[in-house]
Amino acid sequence: MLALAKYYVAAGKLSIQAQIQYRASTYFYLIGFLIEPIVYLVVWRSVAESQGGSIGGYSAEALTAYYIVWTLVRAMNVGFDPNAWGWRIQRGRLNEMLSRPIHPFHRDFAWFGGGKFVWILLWLPMAAGLWIAFRPQISPTLGEGVGFFIAIWLAYAVRFALLWALGMITFWTTRGSAVFEIFIGAELLLSGRLVPLDLMPQWTQNIGAWLPFKWTFQFPIEVVIGRLTGGEILTGLAIQTAWAAALIALIWTFWKPAVSKYTAVGG
Amino acid sequence: MVHAVDGISFEVGEGEIVGFLGPNGAGKTTTLKMLSGLLHAESGRADVLGYTPWQRSKELLSQITLVLGQRQNLAWDLPALDSFDLNKAIYQIPTADFERRRERFIEILDIGEIVTKPVRNLSLGERMKVEICAALLHGPKVLFLDEPTIGLDVTMQRRLREFVLEYNAEENAAVLLTSHYMADITALAERVIVIHHGKILYDGGLKVLAEEFGGEKTITVHAEAVPDGLGYGGIIEQTSTKLSLRVPRSEVASTTARLLNDVNVLDLSIEDPPIEEVIERVFATPKDEG
Repeated sequence: MLALAKYYVAAGKLSIQAQIQYRASTYFYLIGFLIEPIVYLVVWRSVAESQGGSIGGYSAEALTAYYIVWTLVRAMNVGFDPNAWGWRIQRGRLNEMLSRPIHPFHRDFAWFGGGKFVWILLWLPMAAGLWIAFRPQISPTLGEGVGFFIAIWLAYAVRFALLWALGMITFWTTRGSAVFEIFIGAELLLSGRLVPLDLMPQWTQNIGAWLPFKWTFQFPIEVVIGRLTGGEILTGLAIQTAWAAALIALIWTFWKPAVSKYTAVGG
Repeated sequence: MVHAVDGISFEVGEGEIVGFLGPNGAGKTTTLKMLSGLLHAESGRADVLGYTPWQRSKELLSQITLVLGQRQNLAWDLPALDSFDLNKAIYQIPTADFERRRERFIEILDIGEIVTKPVRNLSLGERMKVEICAALLHGPKVLFLDEPTIGLDVTMQRRLREFVLEYNAEENAAVLLTSHYMADITALAERVIVIHHGKILYDGGLKVLAEEFGGEKTITVHAEAVPDGLGYGGIIEQTSTKLSLRVPRSEVASTTARLLNDVNVLDLSIEDPPIEEVIERVFATPKDEG
């Protein structure tokens, strides 16, 4: 365990150094992430204002806060794209990862995780700009702040494991990208990414309650914008932990059969 | 169904360097990938340091290394030294061993200046040197080297060969090497395994291979004058002062004696055919004759 912790520290440091080298492109990614929530924000603010200032319990200012926090949560839950597994295999990069005595999951999780520190740092001035432009309604307590910090990392763990598990389909078929498209569609509707689930029909909320998506987007946002009680926050963190553990167990279970299908192309 | 490798069987001892030869698609890299745990064999058995490689136990992976020529394992935008530190964490290398090996390798490979530069700024040869340095920092007992010198200039090739030899001598590591450069094989391996269409055609000493399959030798004489019409067969080249002949091994002594008698010899050499030629003959020989 200590050895694994040392690995995470070393890999995280390396990733931070690499991300600093790529800070310009990281900034462009973050700017790209702005377009999606700003569209949602403008649309839903207009809808809220046309309905007397609020919709589904969200005031226009609360919706603004929701989508500004959204940008950080989105940056936090970026993981290894399942579509990139094909590239990784074709370029022979998986050979190098498999020839080392550490699970490639740890390699990716540590690498993307380390990069988050740089992403958060770069996000701060962007968030300040959004704050000035849109004046959100947000004043988290210390408990909500701590809860949010834990929740965004758990959201990263859940979504990362979900993407990684999807990527493993590549070991069986090169057409795994079709499954990823379904995933993206489901995530848009059931995570709170497109719109807070409270604004969706009840049946959508019922389905969403049994799936991991909500815990990667809406839950951390709700923690910091003050829509949850202390008990709900603790329960949510426990559910996030359970989802992360279940998905990682799934990956570990299917890893050996997956690797036995590997044909090690690409040199 | 075509099998990449089919019923091959061989053993490599501690400290032994074995050259794995064959044309493209022969099954060399597949064999290396199976033995290093990347590929799962459909049937059969393999044992590396007491482990079945495709079970991919951490204990085995910590004691072997796989170097695939022109493949990049180091962080592209960072100095190699940073990737070395990551390897220290991955392989849990004790600090003293890590520092000793790192300094030693940097010295042997003469990479003191380049390990501090981002890998993306290095030439192919420089990159290969830091790659192989990184691959050996954990002191592996078995090295799988697949075309480690591909694309490098001759000086760089020689430097890497010397490094592998030195590592082999110091750590008594077994080395299984594939290369299309015969200079790699002749410099490093006393034993070669020739594989073609997934089957082993030859497994034995490199010298024996030359004797078995290099059925003829080349005799070259330089003389004050080489007259025409001497009546030798197998002439490769003849000028007014030089004569090169290809003769069966059994006739080397008698032909040499005859030459010494016929011309006023200034210099004489007797050579085995180039190893590339020998290997080609092995490929062309049906299995039951080899």
